[in-house]
Amino acid sequence: MTASIQVGDRLPTLQLPPVDRTTLALFGGASGDHNPIHIDTDFARRSGMPDVFAQGMLGMAWLGRLLTQWVPQSRIRQYDARFAGITHLGNAMTCSGEVVELLELDGEACARVALTSANQYGQNKIVGEAIVALA
Amino acid sequence: MIDKKFIGYTLKPSILTVDRTRLQFFAKAIGEKDPIYLDADAARAAGYADIPAPPTFLFAAELDSGATDQLLADLDIPLAKLLHGEQSFRYRKTLCAGDTVTVQSTITDIYDKKGGKLEFAVKDSKVTNQRNELVAELRTVLVVRH
Repeated sequence: MTASIQVGDRLPTLQLPPVDRTTLALFGGASGDHNPIHIDTDFARRSGMPDVFAQGMLGMAWLGRLLTQWVPQSRIRQYDARFAGITHLGNAMTCSGEVVELLELDGEACARVALTSANQYGQNKIVGEAIVALA
Repeated sequence: MIDKKFIGYTLKPSILTVDRTRLQFFAKAIGEKDPIYLDADAARAAGYADIPAPPTFLFAAELDSGATDQLLADLDIPLAKLLHGEQSFRYRKTLCAGDTVTVQSTITDIYDKKGGKLEFAVKDSKVTNQRNELVAELRTVLVVRH
């Protein structure tokens, strides 16, 4: 399928379950991000936040899954994310992507993919892009 | 305010040996069920040397080593005010279980917006493996909210 990537192609979307505290604790441990603002409600409130919230890199890892369920990871050349908003508890993210350009990168035929991670209210929390080799 | 004298600040090198159990834990944490991220035989059958580290896993190296904590302490950035603004990866090789990487980072820019209400620090990283091959380059934009 990926042999015939065209501009306008949409990646199969990835729907995540609502963010819960268990997920944040597991990701904190697995990713090495022990910042208590993501796992300790008391700390989060003292920091002026209503509650713990998702690590940005958790959202970026989910968008990474969107990519690797579409092409083999060995074909990803670049992957960029801008964290546009805080992902709160209960947010159920939908990861989506669309091929926006075919280009050559270092002499290799590639596709540029626009990426978004949005919650159930349509708020974009991550906007990014990736460049993947066509073969 | 973050002192601009820290432009050029170099973090201590972070060395991370990627092991299968850590990658399996990471896969569980992100809900990854694809067998190539869980099972070495499946990964080899797909052409990888071992279980590949998912695309964003490399960010762990400087967290594990304490280099990120030291950076935040030196730049006087409290965790309570820290946000992740942007993150970029440029990949040269796929990192797999069994590889050992060295991450070397420098603060390349510090600036502010909204009259100092938001401050930004840009960190650029080079990642090499045990054969001194370039594996990836990372850019991180840290945001401090006031």
